[in-house]
Amino acid sequence: MDMQNVIYAVAVLFIMGIVFAILLGVAAKVFAVEVDERVPLVRECLPGANCGGCGFPGCDGLAAAIVEGRAPVNGCPVGGAAAAEKIAKVLGVEVAAGDRQVAHVYCNGGCNAKDKANYEGLQDCNAAMRVASGPKACSFGCMGLGSCVKACAFDAIHIVDGVAKVDTDKCVACGKCVSTCPKKIINLVSEVKKVHVNCVNKDKGPEVMKVCSNGCIGCKMCEKTCKFDAIHVVDGVAKIDYDKCKNCKMCTKVCPKGCIEPVPTEEEKAKFKEMQAKQAAAAKAKAEAAKQAAEAKAAEDK
Amino acid sequence: MFNLPASMGLTDILSLAIAAILVNNYILVQFLGCCSFFGVSKKTDTALGMGMAVIFVMAIASAASWAVQYFILEPLGLGYMQTIAFILVIATLVQFVEMFMKKAMPSLYSALGIFLPLITTNCAVLGAAKTNISNSYSFIGSLVYGVAAGVGYTLAIVLFASIRERLDATSKCPKCFEGFPISLVAAALLAMSFMGFSGLSIW
Repeated sequence: MDMQNVIYAVAVLFIMGIVFAILLGVAAKVFAVEVDERVPLVRECLPGANCGGCGFPGCDGLAAAIVEGRAPVNGCPVGGAAAAEKIAKVLGVEVAAGDRQVAHVYCNGGCNAKDKANYEGLQDCNAAMRVASGPKACSFGCMGLGSCVKACAFDAIHIVDGVAKVDTDKCVACGKCVSTCPKKIINLVSEVKKVHVNCVNKDKGPEVMKVCSNGCIGCKMCEKTCKFDAIHVVDGVAKIDYDKCKNCKMCTKVCPKGCIEPVPTEEEKAKFKEMQAKQAAAAKAKAEAAKQAAEAKAAEDK
Repeated sequence: MFNLPASMGLTDILSLAIAAILVNNYILVQFLGCCSFFGVSKKTDTALGMGMAVIFVMAIASAASWAVQYFILEPLGLGYMQTIAFILVIATLVQFVEMFMKKAMPSLYSALGIFLPLITTNCAVLGAAKTNISNSYSFIGSLVYGVAAGVGYTLAIVLFASIRERLDATSKCPKCFEGFPISLVAAALLAMSFMGFSGLSIW
C-alpha cells in the first residue's frame, strides 16, 4: 500500500509534467514571435560590458536600437570604430567615421593647489564635498580623492600628483567619471583636440593666485596671441572654442601660469619668445620701411 | 467518486471577494508577494500592468489548481502533494502567459521584464491557490477569490506606486532615506491604514 502511494505520486507528477510540457511546446509554436535575426548578431559585436555609456539599457538595448535605426551604427563608445565596422558589416551599411571621444579633467592644481583644511574623512570626493566643499582652498578644482578612479570600469583614470588624469588610450568615453565628479570638471572631448585650459576657477586673478600657483588668472595673454579667435576669457577663466582651435599651441607658450595643456618646456618658451621678438622686430622694420617709403613719396609729390 | 466542496451562495461569494480585496489584502495585511510589490512599483503604469498580470495568473491558477486538487490529487489520496503540484501548475501558467504577452502585448511584456517570470515564484499566487483548498471553497468561489486577491494586489501596488511617484518627484527627504528606505516607510504606513479594514464585518 505504501509503495503504491509512492508510485502514484511519482506517476501523477510525471504525467502532469509531460502534459504541461506538451502544452507549453504547442504554445511556443502558436505564440512564436519573430525576432529580428540581426539583433543577436549585432549584440555579438558589442563588448558586453553593459556600461550604459550609449544611453541605452545595456548592450541588448543598444543592439535592438541599432537594428531598428534608433541608434547610429557607431553608437557604442566602448567598442569604438572596431565594433562599428563589424556592426556595419552585419547590417550592410557604411559607417561614418566619427572622432573618438575621450574624457578630460579640466584641472591641473593637485599639489600646486593649496589646502584650506586637513581632510581625514571618507576618501571619496562626494563625501568630502559635503564638508565645506572639500579640503582644497580652490572650490572649483579637483580634490584628488579619486571617486572618478573608482567609477571607471576600464582603469583609464588615475590620480597623478594629486589630480585626476585620463589615460586616453584606455578611455572609452563611457561618461561614468563625468557624472561622478562632484566638481563637474571632467568632460568628453574629441581625441584629436590636444590643447586644453586645465583650470575652471572663475575667481579674479589675485584670488586665484592665493589658492593655486597653476590657476588661470584671466590675463587674456592667450586671447591676444590666438590667431584663430579660438580662446577667450569668459567669467574670469580662459575657454577654448574646440570648433575653432587648430592645435597650434601658441597660447600654451604665452600662458604665464602654464595652465594650458600641453605645458611647454622652458626651452620651447625661450624659443617662442625669441621668435616673437624677431617677429616684432621684423614688424617694426617693416613699419619703418613703410613710413620711410611714404615720406619719400610725399617728398616726391612735392 | 469526487468529493467536491459544497456550492456557495451569492452573499458568501461577495463577502469573500470584499474580504480578499480589503480585509485580508495579500500584500498589506498578509505580507505575501512583497518582492514584486517593491520591484515594479516605481511607475503607476507598470504597476497597473503588473497588477493585471497577477489578476490574470491568480484567476487561472486558482481554477487550475482547484481542478488539479479535486480531480487528480484527492481521488488518488495525494493531498500531501499539493504544494509541489501547484508550483508545477503555476510555473506552467506563467510561462504560458509570458509567451502570450510577448505575442499580444509586447510593450507590456518589455515593461514587466524580469517580474513576469517572478510571478512564478510569487508567494501570493501559491498562497491564493492553497487558501482556496484549505477553506474548501467551491469552484466559483475559488475563481472569485483568485480574481479578488489579484484585485487586492493591484489596488495595493497601484496605490503604492502613485505614492512613490509623488515621493520621487516632490519630496525633499533626507539623503539617507532616499530610495528604498523611504519606500519601506511609505509601505508600512499604507499597511497600517489597511489595518483599518480589519474591523469591517459583512453581513
